[in-house]
Amino acid sequence: MKYKSQKVAYYFFAFSMILLLLQVTYGFIMAFAHMGYDGLHEWIPFNAATATHKNLLVVWIISGFMGAAYFIIPDEAETELWSEALAKLQFWSWAIVGVIAVAGFHFGWFEGRKFLEIPRPLDYLVALNVVLFLVIILMTLLKGKRQTTTAWVLTMGLVFAALLYLPGMVYFENLAVDSFFRWWVVHLWVEGVWELIMGGILAYLLIRLTGVDREVIEKWLYVIVGLTFLSGILGTGHHYYYTGGPKYWLLIGGIFSAMEPLAFLGMTAFAVQMYRKGNKRHPNKLALYWTLNTAILSFLGAGLLGLAHTLPQVNLYTHGTLVTAMHGHLAFWGAYGSLVFAVIAYAMPLMTGRKIYDNFIGNLAFWTANIGMLGMTAAFAAAGVAQVSLERLAGYEFMEVAKVIEPHFFVLIIAATVFTTGILLFMWNFLLYGAPSDEAIQPEGEPVFQVTT
Amino acid sequence: MLTKRQAKTFFIGGTVLFAAIFLGLTIDTLSNGLPRNTHPEKMDDQVKLGRYLWDKNNCMGCHTIMGEGAYYAPELTRVYSRKGPAYIRTVLTAPEGWQPRGRNMVKYDFTDEEVEALIAFFKWMDEAYLNGFPPKPWLQPSE
Repeated sequence: MKYKSQKVAYYFFAFSMILLLLQVTYGFIMAFAHMGYDGLHEWIPFNAATATHKNLLVVWIISGFMGAAYFIIPDEAETELWSEALAKLQFWSWAIVGVIAVAGFHFGWFEGRKFLEIPRPLDYLVALNVVLFLVIILMTLLKGKRQTTTAWVLTMGLVFAALLYLPGMVYFENLAVDSFFRWWVVHLWVEGVWELIMGGILAYLLIRLTGVDREVIEKWLYVIVGLTFLSGILGTGHHYYYTGGPKYWLLIGGIFSAMEPLAFLGMTAFAVQMYRKGNKRHPNKLALYWTLNTAILSFLGAGLLGLAHTLPQVNLYTHGTLVTAMHGHLAFWGAYGSLVFAVIAYAMPLMTGRKIYDNFIGNLAFWTANIGMLGMTAAFAAAGVAQVSLERLAGYEFMEVAKVIEPHFFVLIIAATVFTTGILLFMWNFLLYGAPSDEAIQPEGEPVFQVTT
Repeated sequence: MLTKRQAKTFFIGGTVLFAAIFLGLTIDTLSNGLPRNTHPEKMDDQVKLGRYLWDKNNCMGCHTIMGEGAYYAPELTRVYSRKGPAYIRTVLTAPEGWQPRGRNMVKYDFTDEEVEALIAFFKWMDEAYLNGFPPKPWLQPSE
């Protein structure tokens, strides 16, 4: 860590970890309910649990992004944060709004809009908070000694993510119009601008961890984010097949969705290639594993499993079934969960001075979390395929099918237990790092193990 | 070999071009496709109230509609023609909350006006054309 104010990132990372633990807890509540055990129904009905599960996901990932930005931007711009005090204020207000939103879900204070259940009065507070965050980041970048492509890609990703939140704040009476704009937020986030954020963070980590020349990495960064938008913007069409839109979305969505895995494949090839070109001298192996994991699992989860059901002919039958949950879980984990873990694994030793680079707990966390999530994906896939076959193809009633697929949720719970073990081990490591310390400041910055060519 | 400047041009150029196409299609969808398929002119105050209640109670936290939502309770796009208004009324007014096969639906204290509004909303939804969704099953074992 080169700058004192980078320590603010720690708050966001810690908050992120707490929310993740809560998210997983709600996942278990839902999985048990699917198996027929909904003993908490009186207090936490399924619709409150699902709103909580999904919004905790969004908030912990964004907290991770914010922490990453507070850590990366000063480093890239070579300056202290514009205002550390305001950054702390932004953290606390963010945390308070987040807690109110989640608590509110349990009292029926929500909107029935998947992923955007936070009620509108709170939306304004979220927007205000994000504006403050962006001002801090932009001012830091502008006053900095240098403005790198990596920093700009990351920052623009954050700016556009904030702008795209706005269409989700408007109330449309026609449910189909509401759904149309809801995907402007959700799709253009996760398959659009969040990939800018992801690209920026990956580029930063790869520059640091592999020692490959910045110019080379940033050039490919442009190509990848270019591919992302080339396929991802019109790829939004796969949400418009069967929600009231005109027929041409079937063609446009089908073609551009089929191209979306290319962007993720580019991301994978980019990271793996840079790793191979790199000198492998950086001691922080855990950060490197999580970085490569992000690049590879995002291709599997977001790219391939997305493609598995975005062809309109297939989607006609899989739309609105557990097949979507299969894709959703591995996509979010692979692309964004794992990315936040990579940043944390990289930044924590630098912020605290404790060189936990390759310990047993960290390695065990890596493998159990990933194996658990792959198991969960398989369980959702089995449940989803069975649901599609029985309900959509054979015409059995929803609840008849729900009974038949209950055993898959038992498998899901077993796999989720393995996953949770990984998460808990990662958090144990997080505690082992301890709190950030000024003693960890290295005025010259972290030594870069530059590849010599 | 590709230079960084060329890569940047590819990124910015591609993004602007495809964003422009997307905006054009959005305008067309909002002004032609969506109104043709979903008949907003049929959304009277009752339907609007039903739509509001649908949102406010996070019904898509368990159900799906137009295939969107959670996967804990049945798809409701065609519930009006599949089950009929009387059945829907029974579900929404079950004194202990609806309990299909041991699963629990939240117990709602809807007024009669609200129940009828939700039914009107489902009727409106039932009449929307969704490019063939939900698909007809290939076989009909239950019938």
